[in-house]
This record gives sequence, C-alpha cells and structure tokens, in this order.
Amino acid sequence: MSQQLYSNLAIFVLSLLVGFEVMSKIPATLQTPMMSGANAIHGVVVVGAFVVAAEANNWGFYILAFLCAFFAAVNVAGGYTVTDRMLGMFDRPKGGKAPAKDNKQDGGEQ
Amino acid sequence: MSALQTCSSLIYLISAICYVVGVHLMRSPKTARKGNGLSCVGMALAVIMIIITIIVGGKIDAAGWIALVAGLAIGICYGVVKGRKVKMTDVPQLVSLFNAVGGGAAATIGVFDYLQVAAGTRLQLILSIPVVLDVIIGGTTFSGSLIAAGKLAGHVPGKPITFPGSRLCNGLAIIAMIVGAVWMIGYPQNYWALVLELVAALVFGLLMTLPIGGADMPVVVSLLNAFTGLAVAFAGFVIDNQVLIIAGALVGSAGTILTLQMAEAMNRSVANILAGGFGGGASDSG
Repeated sequence: MSQQLYSNLAIFVLSLLVGFEVMSKIPATLQTPMMSGANAIHGVVVVGAFVVAAEANNWGFYILAFLCAFFAAVNVAGGYTVTDRMLGMFDRPKGGKAPAKDNKQDGGEQ
Repeated sequence: MSALQTCSSLIYLISAICYVVGVHLMRSPKTARKGNGLSCVGMALAVIMIIITIIVGGKIDAAGWIALVAGLAIGICYGVVKGRKVKMTDVPQLVSLFNAVGGGAAATIGVFDYLQVAAGTRLQLILSIPVVLDVIIGGTTFSGSLIAAGKLAGHVPGKPITFPGSRLCNGLAIIAMIVGAVWMIGYPQNYWALVLELVAALVFGLLMTLPIGGADMPVVVSLLNAFTGLAVAFAGFVIDNQVLIIAGALVGSAGTILTLQMAEAMNRSVANILAGGFGGGASDSG
C-alpha cells in the first residue's frame, strides 16, 4: 500500500469517527436545518470541479467539467443560502414577527 | 512538498476544522447560524485555495476556464435564487434537489477520471475502486434524490409505487452494478462498462425511492444526503484531495446519525422505511 493511499484512508476513517462523535442528540426543530447544513458541506465537491476543469483537454471533457461545475455550484451556493435562511428564523423573537415576514415573502411570489 | 502544496494542505486543514466546528455549533439553536457561517467560511477558504492552485499550476486552458466559469456562474445564480425564493414549507424538496446535484457532481468526477485513462489500459486499483464506488453511490443518490424531491413537491405521486416484479428489477440492477464494477476494475478501460455501471446505479436509485411513501421522504433525503457525503469522499480519493475526503466522510457519518434520529422521532426504523410500501406513511408497523 502506498504512503499516499494509507494517509488518505486514515483520514477517511478518522473523519467518519469524528462525524459520529460530533453529532449527538439534537432537538427536532434543528433536524431539517442540520440536514441542509450537512448538504451544504458536501458541496465541497466544487473543489473537485476545479481540478477536473484543469485537466480537461477535449470537448467531451469540457462538457463534463461544465456539468460538474454547475452541479457543484448549485449544491454549495444553494445549500448555504437556504440553511442560513432557515436558521435566520431562530434569530428573531418567537411569535408574531417571524411568521409575518414569511407571509410577506410568500405574498411577493404569488 | 513545494511551498504551494504546503500552503494548500494547511488551508484545507483549516477549512476541515471549520466544517467540524460548524457542525458542532449547529447542534444548538443559539449557535446554529454561527456554525453555518463558520462552515461557509471554511468553504470559501477551500475554494480560494483551489483557484490559486490551478492558476499557479497553469495547466488549465481557455476552454477549460470557459466551461468552469460558465458552470459555476449559472449554478451559483440558480442556487442562490432558488434558495432565497423558496417557501419555507418547500425547503425539504429543495434540499433534496441540492443533494441530487451534489451526488451528480461527485459521479461526474468519477466518470471523468475513468474516461481520462487511455483506452486499452487498466486503471490502477487504488484509482479504479474509488471510481467505481463514486459512480455507484453518486448515481444512486442523483436519481434517488430527484425522485424524493419530486415526491415531496407532488410531481411524483406521494403514495408508494410498487409494481409486480419490482423486487426482481432491484435484484437485476444490483447484479448489473456488480458486473459493471468487476468489468471496470478488472479489465482495460471500456466505454460500455462505464455506461452499464452508470445506468445500473441510476435505475437502482429510482427503484429504491419509488416504493417509499411521501411522508417518510425527509428521512430518505437525510439518508441520501449521507450517501452523497460518501460519494464526495470517494471523489476525494479519485483526485487525491484531502479536503473532499474529510468533508465527505464527516457528512457521511454525521448524516447517518441524523437519519437515525429523524427516524426515531417518527417512531420508525430506517430499515422499516426503506422496505417501503406502507401507505402514505401514516401507517406504523412498529
């Protein structure tokens, strides 16, 4: 086994263990934001899109690089935006104010 | 290690710390938003570092830049606009959609690396195994999450969809995945092996999600989210990038724990949900 593979494998296994440990019992209201937050973190795949684009050298590969960049950018940009919006609801005082703002936004769309 | 490599390794390490601490902070409502902000900072650091790396590396050509920048610009606009405009009640299907594209991006990296090897040569095992896992998991989560998003949004009927012989089809898809995996790992690079593997993974994702009722979907989205994390980690093995491995594995395991908790909150077990076929999700078979 090469040194590089070994260190990658060790990092992989230890990160899995960190993930298990860092996630203790969380309140039900935070489950959806947490899911969305974790979703945004795996948007780090956008780094891979850069690597792929740097190695592309013919039309097929350019198209794949474009697809990869598009997919990853949606994941990372959308993920953080929507998570932040969800968590922003916790900042405001409970009761009247938060639903009022949400209603207004909904109204604006229609 | 060159100066640039040292610098990028350290920056990736810092962004990995941001993700872990970010997830840690997100467990409590008071600090949750800060936690998300911190993981966003980590993401920005990683992206800035990779931009510097490829500029200094100088390997990327003009068409590569165009493909990259166009993809990123369209993707960021789409993601931000969707994220800002979505109604709070529609968030789960949007998260599922974002998860689908994440899986798609990871699978694309695997496909890219497999096609890059000259025809007729065999990929090294340390590359071919992660490529295969990446394509299988990424493809499955891509189609599975799209169906989940469709079910939550009502584009796909929310009630469990089963048909005679669906179990047989499931079995066939799994066999096709195994055949494709052996073909890709054991034999020289072949276009058709990749097509078989990709199609089998996409079909398996469909068949896995269709029989599950709409009310169980949030748990399924969370599970697929954990899967995408693993796909991203394997993509990290493929391109030998450690920040992808760390973040992917972190999401993979943290997402699994989250899935178990969500299932528990609904008084269901994950196995029970995945077996599917239970009413609109209202039924509880303990």
